[in-house]
This record gives sequence, structure tokens and C-alpha cells, in this order.
Amino acid sequence: MDAPAPYFHWGFIEISLPNLVVIGVMLLLFVLALVLPFPGHADGNARDRDRQ
Amino acid sequence: MSTPPGSVPGDTGSSGRTEPAPPKQESGGWTGAVAGWLERRLPIGKLLPTRQPYYIGSWVYVFGVVTIAALIWVVLSGVVLTFFGPQWWHVSSIGHFINSLHFWSVQLFFIFMVLHLWGQYWAAGWRDGRAPTWMVGVVIFLISIVTAFTGYISQQNLDAQWIAVNAKDAINSVGVGAFFNPLNFGQMYGLHVMLLPIAITLLVVLHVVQVRMRGVVAPLGAADAHLPDGVREARPS
Repeated sequence: MDAPAPYFHWGFIEISLPNLVVIGVMLLLFVLALVLPFPGHADGNARDRDRQ
Repeated sequence: MSTPPGSVPGDTGSSGRTEPAPPKQESGGWTGAVAGWLERRLPIGKLLPTRQPYYIGSWVYVFGVVTIAALIWVVLSGVVLTFFGPQWWHVSSIGHFINSLHFWSVQLFFIFMVLHLWGQYWAAGWRDGRAPTWMVGVVIFLISIVTAFTGYISQQNLDAQWIAVNAKDAINSVGVGAFFNPLNFGQMYGLHVMLLPIAITLLVVLHVVQVRMRGVVAPLGAADAHLPDGVREARPS
């Protein structure tokens, strides 16, 4: 736990493995939020159409 | 952008339709004026809506409320840490647990706040009169960074001392002096457990009320026929 984290270097970019993992997980969550269907969305759509 | 008197774009009240509020004779001094303003801008149907537009049905809109959930855990665990103090959170098992709960809640708070920021950025969430909502969010983000920093240097361990000494060097270089002194534990701890959390909590409440007043921003390119009443009328033709 007290050992320093491994670091990656690409040109001027220097980032630790834990920070890289966090950014990767965030990007994955964001993409999943865009593509995964939201529960009950179809019903809400129908209700909204009913209002028109 | 024109808005009918007494209505606010993005109305999603229980009736699903914006009705212009009848003009009221305000009396009773400043309290009457404030009450009238609140009735016009934030009726209970907007504050606690029972319906939302169809485009709310997306996981992207969940990031904001998850951020608030994480903030609640941060505050609750922080209150426990404040009561028992550093000896407790460094030595006892339950202290370690609550300390970790506080730390990981903060990680989730920042992760979901940034995801919320991405979602709002790519949806241009400042449109249709929502710039103040966006700016309050920016201020919350900035204060949160300072709060996290003061938390790191309030840990009472070598990590905290190392960060504080290096930060003092950096802050000296910009001439802040002792006004914000990372080596002053009392100042950092006071800011971390009192002033900054109060500021964040109040601004988050304001942020949510602002969202309620204007409604959630419609997706870019949404057909006018799919927009709620109020938003449609408010759009420039």
C-alpha cells in the first residue's frame, strides 16, 4: 500500500496507473450512460406523446 | 428570448402546462415582495414536479443526483470524524472504517460531479437562460477542490504534512502569505469542517432550486414538438 504507484510517460504526459484507471472507468461509465436504455423510458415516451 | 409573464421556460409542473400567473397586488413590505416573487418563479409544482419531459429518461441525468448522494455520505462520515478526532480515526478499527468511508465518498463525489459536468457540457446545459445554473455549478466545483485540499492536509499524518509543506512553498510563490496557510492546522481544519462544507451545501441547494426553476435543458436539436410547454414558446423563432 505504501509503495509508489507505477507511472506512465507519453511525451509531456505523466500519469499514475490509479489515476489512469479512474479516468478509464469514468469514460466507460459515461459511454454506458449514453447507450444503455433507461428503465421505463418507453412508457415515459408514450406518456409524453399522449400530451401532444 | 421572450417569456410569458408569470411563466418560466422548462415548466414541467403537475398540470404539464404553463399558465401565466395572474398579476398580484403585492403588499406587506419586502416579505410580501419576496413571497410574490417566489410564487411566480418557483411554484410548488416546479419545486416538486410530478412529471418530467421524455428526454429525462437517460442515465446521463442520474449523475447529478448520485453526486448529491455521495455528498450526503461525505457530510455524514465527516460529522462522525469531527466528533471523535484524529487519534480515533488513526488508531481504532471503526475510526479507520469511517475515515475510509469519508475518503471514498469524496472520490465518488468528484467522479460523479465530473461525469455530471461532462453530460451538461456536451448538452450545452447553459442554454435558454440557464447560465446562472452553470456558473453556480462551476463555483461548487472550485470550492470542492479547496475543500478536498484542506481535507488532505487535515489528516494528521506524514502525508498531510508533506502536502502542506509543499503547498506552502507553492502558495508563498504567489504572495498569498498567511491569509491561506496550509501549515496552520487550525485554519485548514476550520475551513474544512465548517466554512467550506456549509458553502458547498448551500450552493448545491441553490443549484437544485435553479434546475427546478428552469427545468432540465432540452437535448440539442430536439424537435420543438417534443419540448415541454414554456420551453417551446421561449425559443427564438
